[in-house]
Amino acid sequence: MNGNRVAWLFLAPALAVLTFLFFLPVAAALLLSFTDFDIYALADYANTRFVGLSNYTNLLRNPVFWKALGNTFYFVLVGGPLSVAVSLAAALAVASRLTRFKPFFRTVFFAPVVTTLVAVAVVWRYLYHARYGFVNSFLGVFGIGPVDWLGDPKWAMPAIILLAVWKNFGYNMVLFLAGIQSIPVELYEAARIDGASTWQQFRRITLPMLAPTFLFVAVITMIGYFQLFAEPYVMTRGGPVQSTVSIVYLMFEEGFRWWNIGTASAVAFVLFAIVLAATLVQLRLQKRGVEG
Amino acid sequence: MKPGMKRAVLHALLFGAAALTAFPLLWMVSASLMAPGETSQTPPPLLPDSPTLGNYRQLFSQLQMGRFLRNSTLVALAITLVSLLLNSMAGYAFAKLRFRGRQRLFRVLISALVIPAQVAMLPLFLILKSLGLVNTYAGVILPSAATIFGIFLVRQYALSVPDSLLEAARIDGASEFGIFRRIVLPLLRPILVTLAVFTFLASWNDFLWPLIILADDDRYTLPVALASLSREHVQDNELMMAGSVVTVVPVLLLFPFLQRYYIEGIVLGGVKE
Repeated sequence: MNGNRVAWLFLAPALAVLTFLFFLPVAAALLLSFTDFDIYALADYANTRFVGLSNYTNLLRNPVFWKALGNTFYFVLVGGPLSVAVSLAAALAVASRLTRFKPFFRTVFFAPVVTTLVAVAVVWRYLYHARYGFVNSFLGVFGIGPVDWLGDPKWAMPAIILLAVWKNFGYNMVLFLAGIQSIPVELYEAARIDGASTWQQFRRITLPMLAPTFLFVAVITMIGYFQLFAEPYVMTRGGPVQSTVSIVYLMFEEGFRWWNIGTASAVAFVLFAIVLAATLVQLRLQKRGVEG
Repeated sequence: MKPGMKRAVLHALLFGAAALTAFPLLWMVSASLMAPGETSQTPPPLLPDSPTLGNYRQLFSQLQMGRFLRNSTLVALAITLVSLLLNSMAGYAFAKLRFRGRQRLFRVLISALVIPAQVAMLPLFLILKSLGLVNTYAGVILPSAATIFGIFLVRQYALSVPDSLLEAARIDGASEFGIFRRIVLPLLRPILVTLAVFTFLASWNDFLWPLIILADDDRYTLPVALASLSREHVQDNELMMAGSVVTVVPVLLLFPFLQRYYIEGIVLGGVKE
């Protein structure tokens, strides 16, 4: 029997789906980004023209594109590290020798991860309500506010970041917990015998041993955060004054609201290029960090 | 600090964090049982004055919530079943069957994990449009029928299936598909359960693609329907809380039983080769 043929039979269905519904569209998106494909082309593909790089150069002249780029980087660069830090803190607290009811805490911290983003965004929209929201009543206790969270361009993105951290930190916490549990207990025992403090143990044992987990967590968090969409769609519609328009939100609006598919494809490819570059930079940086 | 003191501070922090984390979800349930307009007070009430199921009644009788619930269940189940079959076949082939270019093909797939799914969506829409699949459940299901992550997860697990077992079955004259069905699939059961939980949750919660491909609101899945309802009913807080409960609670109720498998999937996906 031909082993090659058997293998390809097993692979064929999955590869067909991935090829025709993923790889081919990705390649097509690159081609489309060099055309003026729009609502007229949707009616008749013959109305499409090759326009070279003009979709990209137009984007560079479009203030909304720069706004979307800036907002997305704000979300990734502030929300990403914050989210990883909260995850690590939660994992350390749950994993501590002193902690009781570990499964309870793990379950509660993990619960937001399985919830539907659209549904919790609807809930948080009311928590952020300027007059009737719990966030402001809570801050009012300390004499702060009231803040018009989703109505003030200065605060809308921080509000979305807070929601994202709440929704996601349990995911990375689980990864950190697994990382912490795989550190040999003997290392800590030896350190204690040598008189190392809790902080020294954390700095010299826990952190270095978690380096591979850190790399993975940082990369997947970043890739995920670059794809910000549902929060602004549900909570702010990209407003106020475009302060929460993200790259994917811009792609959606251009592509599926105005049917400027050429332009939207260019936006999608900018996203791809940024994610790819940021991933490579992280891998490079962290490799150096681990070796050094 | 004394150990007793340390423990007390740690637990105070943990319980505080747990309360903050659970609060939005608990309040969502509580507010969904309030009368219309009841949440619009300063400070907002924690518990309903007199709990009512009126919001749920309105959702199901006037706003087609039952239909959305059915659509979501159908779509998520279909995606889970189909992708489980396709991913397990491909994952098994990558782990246990020899063919030319196996390593290279696998590496290509893994590198493609870095491509954001949104990049494919515009042409994907055009492809499905030309196939007449826009505004159909097939249009929602097909693009998720196989996933690189799923293939990767199955492949990692299938590596541990002993070759001797497969060889013995081949010598006994079993067909390749028979080997897969009777020997490999049962051995893969733990990872398949994990992958099933993962896939079901991901498709239940998915928003962008169903939003793009579904046009008629009676075909909407829960997240798409909820987003659209929440735009029409901006003022109806209590009603929207009930809508969120209907969307979130099915998965949240399953979660305590399935969290072990889900967490296993996260961790396995994170293990480097």
